[in-house]
Amino acid sequence: MYAQLVETGSKRLKTLEEMSPEEREFQQKIDAETKIEAKNWMPDGYRKTLIRQISQHAHSEIVGMLPEGNWVTRAPTLKRKLQLMAKIQDEAGHGLYLYSAMETLGADRDEEVQKLHDGKAKYSSIFNYPTLNWADMGAVGWLVDGAAIVNQVVLQRTSYGPYSRAMVRICKEESFHQRQGYQILLDMMREGTQAQKDMVQDAINRLWWPALMMFGPHDDESPNSQQSMAWKIKRKSNDELRQMFIDQTVPQLEFLGCTAPDPDLKWNEERGHYDFGEIDWKEFYDVLKGNGPCNRERLATRKKAIDEGAWVREAAVAYAKKQQQRAVA
Amino acid sequence: MSDQHALQEYLLRLADSAMILGQRLSELVGKAPALEEELASTNVALDLIGQARNWYEYAAELLDDGRDADQLVFLRDAHEYRNLLLVEQPNEDYAFTIARQFFYDVWHYHTLTRLVDASDDRIAGIAAKAVKEATYHLRRSSEWVRRMGDGTDESHRRIQDAFDVLWRFTGELVTADDIDQAMFKAGIGPDPEQLKQDWHNTVREVATQATLTTGAEDAWMYLGGKRGEHTEHLGHILAVMQFLPRAYPDATTW
Amino acid sequence: MSEWRLYEVFVRSKHGLNHKHVGSVHAADNEMAMENARELYTRRSEGVSIWVVPSETITASAADEKEVLFDPSDDKVYRHASFYELPDEVGHM
Repeated sequence: MYAQLVETGSKRLKTLEEMSPEEREFQQKIDAETKIEAKNWMPDGYRKTLIRQISQHAHSEIVGMLPEGNWVTRAPTLKRKLQLMAKIQDEAGHGLYLYSAMETLGADRDEEVQKLHDGKAKYSSIFNYPTLNWADMGAVGWLVDGAAIVNQVVLQRTSYGPYSRAMVRICKEESFHQRQGYQILLDMMREGTQAQKDMVQDAINRLWWPALMMFGPHDDESPNSQQSMAWKIKRKSNDELRQMFIDQTVPQLEFLGCTAPDPDLKWNEERGHYDFGEIDWKEFYDVLKGNGPCNRERLATRKKAIDEGAWVREAAVAYAKKQQQRAVA
Repeated sequence: MSDQHALQEYLLRLADSAMILGQRLSELVGKAPALEEELASTNVALDLIGQARNWYEYAAELLDDGRDADQLVFLRDAHEYRNLLLVEQPNEDYAFTIARQFFYDVWHYHTLTRLVDASDDRIAGIAAKAVKEATYHLRRSSEWVRRMGDGTDESHRRIQDAFDVLWRFTGELVTADDIDQAMFKAGIGPDPEQLKQDWHNTVREVATQATLTTGAEDAWMYLGGKRGEHTEHLGHILAVMQFLPRAYPDATTW
Repeated sequence: MSEWRLYEVFVRSKHGLNHKHVGSVHAADNEMAMENARELYTRRSEGVSIWVVPSETITASAADEKEVLFDPSDDKVYRHASFYELPDEVGHM
């Protein structure tokens, strides 16, 4: 997902008996679905895990502006240009909501962003894939935002209050993103030329698997999940979420009249779910390690923006100080 | 020159300037100097392109030659564009972006405050919404001019440099030609003399607060955008912006 | 260290309602904080009024003071309207 591999520092759950009284009280609160707030006592691991997860999520929103930003100057109509800009602007906003939630935990936004630029923090693997034709703007909205929404809807119930409230806000605003993406594809499939239809299928072929990778490794390959679930930072497992996404997406794919690049994709009457093929996990880990098609470019672009903007931010601080001194004098 | 022709030209000027500046700002998506600035500068771009769309739709109705707003944007070549030269200048650094925005916002604000009382109801209606946005844009760009001008040595140097380099494009904002005069006489556009005075007053006021100097009013000025003679930059902007509709001429929907 | 200050943002979503905490922004000064808050938290016309407050100037009750500060009023049921039972004939009050 937007946070695909979050280290919790704990591979095994403590039993209630093994916990300190504070930890026990904390866990009981979580079990009773009482939201944890910034000033409440919390285990160090919980705080650190949250900072990692929320910052990864925030970084993903910010880096996630770039693949779409790649087409914003080339959007083919006024309507599409306005929609795309508004969507990308929402992503910046969502990044800021999340950083804001993260800062309630005592983390500093500028420091966390620096970690991203130093290659020490992760963001979702999906944004390291290129956007190569206009239909990618549709496919990103439909598949990538669609996958994100599946996760985010569940995260509205996450145990940390500020994170949960940020997710509520984000989900409310994001409902238009996926529809916007799907409509781009639908319009081209219904009324487009053959060249446009080919664009749509090409975009789906390239983004289908990376979208499924967004949910992270299989549950049995996800050693940190157990602790995150116990703390109710995570509410559903990677495989559960992936299955939910596929089940809701395949009928939409069929409605478009397109296909997925997965010969094993088919309805399983017995399970009541779609079966699907195995993800190329080597590719997943490669991209996560920095070897995706666009990792370098994405990070370089973000780093350049913030580095070259340093004088602008410093000017604002210097001016504010002067104004303050003048007010005092 | 008929009034109808002057009005069409005038609408295209308003539309094209807002459109091209919005396009320039959209180049900065994901690249603003602070995360908060991402939202702010995208908001300005959204406002401008939204306004452009309104002006284009009215222009398209008057032109009545079968072209709609999108075709006016995506299928006209550079010599048919009527935007101010100022707005097609590149982003360079953020000082240029802000200086360009500020010079434009001052012009935009003083123009729109007149257009809200235009004898043409359609124009007055579009302007009434736009002027609120432009008022906010001007406040924001003025603040940034002050922050940069009276900030650090480096920011002062950069914004002064941007003022100096872009100054030669500002004459076009306040140099009235036949179209501007005709619009004034028709009770639509601003009084050219008044606009010129207002523009200089506001720019000088903010520049003084920002400890910046402005060029001379009688400095040599680069004109031509309003009649379709552009700098080299516009062709490149259009090459990017118009790529899809040009590459797929058979596509009727996107 | 943050380059810009952290401000908490409170938005009144419509006339007649209280300002409600919605999150935070970074800004170099108060004016910028106000504008950044407007851009971030009212993109969909969610507000009619905004307060921005430097985060460091907020004094918050500590979580472990909850019992001292809030529990005593738990037994003051007479502060709540539902404490007063009135005959149905009185109607809505």
